[in-house]
Amino acid sequence: MGPQTRRHPLAEWFHRRGWSDLIIGLPYLWLLVLFLLPFVIVVAMSVATRTPTAPPFGYGGDNPVINLNGYARLLHDDLYIRAFLTSLLNAANAMILCLLIGYPMALGLTRVSKNWRNVLLMLVILPFWTSFLLRVYAWMGLMGKNSWFNGLLTSLWNWATPEGWAVTSIPMMHSNFAVVLVMVYTYLPFMILPLYSSLERLDPALDEAAMDLGTRPFGVFLDVTLPQSVPGIIAGGLLVFIPAAGELVIPTLVGDAAQPMIGRVISDEFASARDWPMASSVAVALLLIMVVPTMIYSHYQAKADTGERK
Amino acid sequence: MPDQPAPFLRIDGVSKTFGTFQAVKDVSLTIAKGEIFALLGGSGCGKTTLLRMLAGFEEPTAGRIWLDGQDMTGVPPWERPVHMMFQSYALFPHMSVAKNIGYGLKHEKLTKDQRMARVREMLDLVQLTPFADRKPHQISGGQRQRVALARALARQPKLLLLDEPLAALDKKLREHTQFELMSIQERTGVTFIVVTHDQEEAMTLADRIAVMDKGQVKQVGAPGHVYEHPDSRFVANFLGSITQFPARVSSVATDRATVEVPAFGATVETGLIPGLAAGEALTLAIRPEKLTILREKPAGLNAIPGEIKDLAYFGKDSLYRVILPSGELISVHAVNAKREDNRPDWYDKIWLGFEPASAILLRD
Amino acid sequence: MKRRPWFLFTMLAFGFAFFYIPILSMIVYSFNGSRLATVWGGFSTKWYASLFSNRQVGAALVLSVQIALISATVATILGTMAGLALARFTKFRGRLLFTGMVTAPLVMPEVITGISTLMFFILMADWVGWPGSRGFTTITLAHITFSMVFVTTVVQARVSQSDRAIEEAAMDLGSRPWQVLWDVTLPTIFPAVLSGWLLAFTISLDDVVITSFTTGPGNTTLPLLIWSKVKLGVTPDINALATLIVLAVGAGVIIAGIVLNRAEARRARDERLAYRANE
Repeated sequence: MGPQTRRHPLAEWFHRRGWSDLIIGLPYLWLLVLFLLPFVIVVAMSVATRTPTAPPFGYGGDNPVINLNGYARLLHDDLYIRAFLTSLLNAANAMILCLLIGYPMALGLTRVSKNWRNVLLMLVILPFWTSFLLRVYAWMGLMGKNSWFNGLLTSLWNWATPEGWAVTSIPMMHSNFAVVLVMVYTYLPFMILPLYSSLERLDPALDEAAMDLGTRPFGVFLDVTLPQSVPGIIAGGLLVFIPAAGELVIPTLVGDAAQPMIGRVISDEFASARDWPMASSVAVALLLIMVVPTMIYSHYQAKADTGERK
Repeated sequence: MPDQPAPFLRIDGVSKTFGTFQAVKDVSLTIAKGEIFALLGGSGCGKTTLLRMLAGFEEPTAGRIWLDGQDMTGVPPWERPVHMMFQSYALFPHMSVAKNIGYGLKHEKLTKDQRMARVREMLDLVQLTPFADRKPHQISGGQRQRVALARALARQPKLLLLDEPLAALDKKLREHTQFELMSIQERTGVTFIVVTHDQEEAMTLADRIAVMDKGQVKQVGAPGHVYEHPDSRFVANFLGSITQFPARVSSVATDRATVEVPAFGATVETGLIPGLAAGEALTLAIRPEKLTILREKPAGLNAIPGEIKDLAYFGKDSLYRVILPSGELISVHAVNAKREDNRPDWYDKIWLGFEPASAILLRD
Repeated sequence: MKRRPWFLFTMLAFGFAFFYIPILSMIVYSFNGSRLATVWGGFSTKWYASLFSNRQVGAALVLSVQIALISATVATILGTMAGLALARFTKFRGRLLFTGMVTAPLVMPEVITGISTLMFFILMADWVGWPGSRGFTTITLAHITFSMVFVTTVVQARVSQSDRAIEEAAMDLGSRPWQVLWDVTLPTIFPAVLSGWLLAFTISLDDVVITSFTTGPGNTTLPLLIWSKVKLGVTPDINALATLIVLAVGAGVIIAGIVLNRAEARRARDERLAYRANE
């Protein structure tokens, strides 16, 4: 009830005069044609049959109207299952590492003086504005066999381990390790920013109250700070996990070609194998496994939020 | 109070429904020109919806609003000679104080000089001339309130609507602004309708108030009249504090009635209300300041025995909670008019006295 | 008593080292005289010279900027309309679908957006003969589509935050709805529209995956050019190009940051002024 559910008088007028149809209609139509229709094509393509024609698929006629071969292969061919597992594992590892690094950073940002805070926040955001591709590239330079960074790590390793363990370089490139490292590097700001905004809102008096009641600083963190930052943790986690799971650029550049991630599989099925139905089946499966649950979750989260505010 | 002239504003059987929720139910009111009228009620009572219908932001589901003889049905907000001072003030953040005040004037056929003269006049009226070029975020809350007032008055509306005009101000500023609003109303002669949840604000500002509850007007009248003669338990409770007890009429005489109140363990004498008959069950209500605490049983007054359970000493006055023979509590407010060291104290056995006319009899 | 959280500050220091060491290393190695990108061979600016004489890079940059300018502008117009509609037109038919369509592209993996858009263009060409060839137009259309939803998010947040009453106040003071939109709504949401445009511009300028699916022969944007080179490994001229891009963007963001900081300082001063005026 209450005035929030009423239409704004301005909106009411635009609505009555039909102008609102135009204001809504133009972006609506755009998204229908250029987003929803392509998406429907993917779903339809996932049950089409691959043919040696151009475009390389058939539908009806000699071919079955609904061909579930793609989905069947998803379950039987362990290439796809392994690709899904690799993607989920890499994305989960990246998310957890981002949380472990990002949380203390975000908390640290709330404790520095106001002037420093603005500068440091800008430094967190700055890499986000520079090219994504170049940030991945910067690590390629560092991880390579002859790089100073690899040399540094190699000497550290040789110094710390017994005689027979010595190596000439550390094989970092083209591994899941490299993928996770670069994902953490590129997605860390997405973790820090929501965490920071949820931590910044906390009332310092709550910490003082807990200490006053006899809790030690680390206990204060566990009892007061951490529970209240859960929304920030979830938001940051999703912002890292979702793009990481579907990532294409990072695994292509620094990943292990023998253990492809799912984005790479979709791209290869589509472009190299020219198997549109299979690529579409994998895409639909990816959406069902990862994107739909998170969308449902955030839908309910948003509902719960507005419910709290009332 | 002026005699009843032809009503300047007539609200005639107005209702408003949102979906299944009836926000305003069949409200009829008449308001005279130059009056300050307050719509008083708690949140969700429909007062704001009524105000928004006067402004034209909502159309009534049923009923009509007449302003100065003109039917307002279907007239959009931008064509109504009615302006509003919003609760949030709703100042345009990107315009200076002077631009804000002059905004409405660009829709009038005025020369640039005339327009500037009007803005200067308004700035002068609300004493903001030195702040003309400031943006809203560069002035204080009290000043913003005055800009909002000046902006609404600049087009010389027939009716000014004020939505919780003092709610955003701190207590000290509120008292001062209250008198300023009244003096500006007097100087401009514009009819004011004030919506508020604050009974003190309504009573000090308004010539007449309407108390609203659940979309209906419960009682209309001058503040003193509504306070002293509430005609329902809701209104009695809403305005000021009051203690209510179930009662039964024992007998009715020409100028007073005898009423049995089980909570007092006694019968008391009261004034009359129309149609009172012996045996009728109703509510007897009495305000804390109408009771007197006495050491001895008084003669010639209603007297109830009691014991002091709680007291709060404020200096100039005190509030007591007195436990009655039945175990129920009653509030008593006493002005500490004399310097005295022997005031009633905790657990003192005392008597409460009150004039028959002070007791309020309520049916509703 | 205020204890300094040394652990947190140490983590901050490590975090920023992690953020900036790779970039600094890349900048240093762009001045490397050696042909081997990762082995130091003395200071040299020859890679910058070869970069500036490379016509391919110039053409790719121009194409990227053209696409980014057009797509950001169209995306801002469409995205602002959608943001206004979602924030102010509380009820309209198909709102649920519309909300879905403006949030889904935000979480949709780029590969899927890429292949779906490409299949759409190929099938459209097959069915209605449009688009005849892929390139500038198809890239721009795809960029508009996935960047407009970012603009919508920013604008919608801003409109729902702003006081509904200021638009009512303008109506109340005699302005008709279109004038209210022009006088009050647009000026108050302007900062959001501007940052939406910047966001859309950057997203378009930076995109590899969707562009690689929607481009045609001969239409190489700067990220596509870098992508094709980087796939083959680390090369010194990319270091030089990366340095220039990082420096240009860094300077832009720092200048914007300083301007915003100034504005905030001014605002703080104004508030003090207002506070004093209160007395």
